[in-house]
Amino acid sequence: MQELINRAKALLESGEVARVLGWRKGENVWDVEPAFFNNAEELENFVYNGFCGANLSKYMIEASKLEGKTLVFLKPCDTYSFNQLTKEHRVDREKAYIIGVGCKGKLKVENIDAKGILDVIGADYPDAAETLTVKTLYGDTEVSYKSAMLERCHVCKGKEHMVYDELIGESVDTIDADRFAEVAKIEAMSPEEKFAFFQSELSKCIRCNACRNVCPACSCRKCVFDSNKFDSAQKANTTSFEEKMFHIIRAFHVAGRCTDCGECSRVCPQGIPLHLFNRKFIKDINELYGDFQAGADIDARGPLTNFQLDDCEPDIVTKRG
Amino acid sequence: MLKINKNNLSALFAKIAESNELYLPVKSAGKTNFAAWDEAAEVDLDTLKTVKSPKDAFFPQSENLYSCHKEDGKTKIVPEKLEDAPFVVFGIRACDVRAIDVLDRVFLSEPVDSYYAARREHGIIVSYACHAPETSCFCKTFGIDCAAPAGDVVTWMIGDELYWDAKTPKGEKLTALVADLLTDADAAAVEAEQTAIRSIYEKLPNGTLSLEGWGAEAAQTRFDSPIWEQLYKPCLACGTCTFVCPTCQCYDIKDYNTGNGIQRYRCWDSCMYSDFTMMAHGNNRTSQMQRFRQRFMHKLAYYPANNEGMYSCVGCGRCVDKCPSHLNIVKVIKAFGKEGV
Repeated sequence: MQELINRAKALLESGEVARVLGWRKGENVWDVEPAFFNNAEELENFVYNGFCGANLSKYMIEASKLEGKTLVFLKPCDTYSFNQLTKEHRVDREKAYIIGVGCKGKLKVENIDAKGILDVIGADYPDAAETLTVKTLYGDTEVSYKSAMLERCHVCKGKEHMVYDELIGESVDTIDADRFAEVAKIEAMSPEEKFAFFQSELSKCIRCNACRNVCPACSCRKCVFDSNKFDSAQKANTTSFEEKMFHIIRAFHVAGRCTDCGECSRVCPQGIPLHLFNRKFIKDINELYGDFQAGADIDARGPLTNFQLDDCEPDIVTKRG
Repeated sequence: MLKINKNNLSALFAKIAESNELYLPVKSAGKTNFAAWDEAAEVDLDTLKTVKSPKDAFFPQSENLYSCHKEDGKTKIVPEKLEDAPFVVFGIRACDVRAIDVLDRVFLSEPVDSYYAARREHGIIVSYACHAPETSCFCKTFGIDCAAPAGDVVTWMIGDELYWDAKTPKGEKLTALVADLLTDADAAAVEAEQTAIRSIYEKLPNGTLSLEGWGAEAAQTRFDSPIWEQLYKPCLACGTCTFVCPTCQCYDIKDYNTGNGIQRYRCWDSCMYSDFTMMAHGNNRTSQMQRFRQRFMHKLAYYPANNEGMYSCVGCGRCVDKCPSHLNIVKVIKAFGKEGV
């Protein structure tokens, strides 16, 4: 971590960058927050540890409008979002100095099955701890690093950065699950079972819009759900139909552009596995148009915006059952 | 002091539910929220903090106010029926009980909100002491004792026994209804439990925060502080903090087009949203910094200014747990405390 701080200080001092976008220490090891740093003194509060799950790419939309370059720290998976935003002309590559940081999987404090957590020893990067020691009000306990990881890290897209100016830090492979296994499980359900599954998950939704606001693919200047001339406006579900529609419309809206960064599921206060919608689209796209990963580069045309004569017809949906 | 064994709780709930709608913490799809009880419900009294607070029982996230439709060429207005039957909310924590006091001062002062008032009149609060406070709790900062909640009936889970103490006439009436299921108990067990809870609470990192400089005067002294500009930056402008908050009481009124009429409903609004308090001339808070400041100033300065110094934060810590960017009222209080401004 000190290497990241030193490099940031050097880049600030040389005038190469005007500010730094990274993560700031919280009150505890787990409540780090995305933050801009303007000078060496502020960088004393910079932190990079297992709880730096937040994807900073979307903050680069605002940073791109500022004078000078912004140094941004991106984990491997974050670089896919950055590329996608570059492709959509929402961030300016020229305004970013990207340091790709190593990643050994990110944690979610809620995934630690313990009450009254005071500290999580071993969450500091880069000490690759297999085991976390959790200090709590009610005694200490140990959990495996993997059991506290975010869902997305179990199905990691790989530890290679898709875009960077320089790389600092080692990564550790974290894959121990099949990315599409959960989707396949839902596909195998009967229509009634599928409905019951989504009903039980989506009825928890409180329409806080955290999933939308954190989503790098949701970068519209004004969201259709923020229009006060629209019956399905934000704030509340008027019907049980609407609570499904918000998420389904959003999934359609980001289809082909979603990089599967998993931020939607990380931030949902009700623990709704929102990534499953997006991953269903990704699975379908892979099966119908050939493997495609949004954000892998900034040149390739997405399958849904690149008409080919031999594209499948819409009736594929009924034909394949 | 009365008590009932844990194993008999479903009989207690069934008895209450015979003549009252019963809301209590229920686990569904992995998360615990207040929901109506039925025999299939997975009641969860172990989870300290429900994701949403029990605020919905008195002030639902979305509720119809009235509906209009055309009939014989005229517009017919059908008001929504006000709550007129008793209901019980079981398992409310001390902080959330105080939160209802905060809401009362808003909705029961003139002009009285009839929808809310009807629910308050018919609602019976069975509170539940916090056996195991969490790191994010700070209720004592606001003078709340999680070992001794307010409520019509106060309960404590000690080992396998739920201790039951009626505090108000409403509580006495509910106790009479379930008297067959309760047995006499010794208050000493409750006193020991309270001592144990308070000694755990002492160890909380943010158990007692200094509120120095907050209150009515902060409206003048802290509004223009440069600290807000530093604090708000990571804010995503989502409504998580406001929607999990037990005291946030702002709402919007909207029309739902039913095809041949409208349902006029109100729903929770969030000061984090860009169209909050939008008026014909536009919006009076145009930046996220202003919206962010509004939320904390409302809790810690404006509300106390209008309510004899009472804060409209109860230290439940839900925003501490749930903010996607890990911003929260504790960080705000501490940031100002450190700067001493």
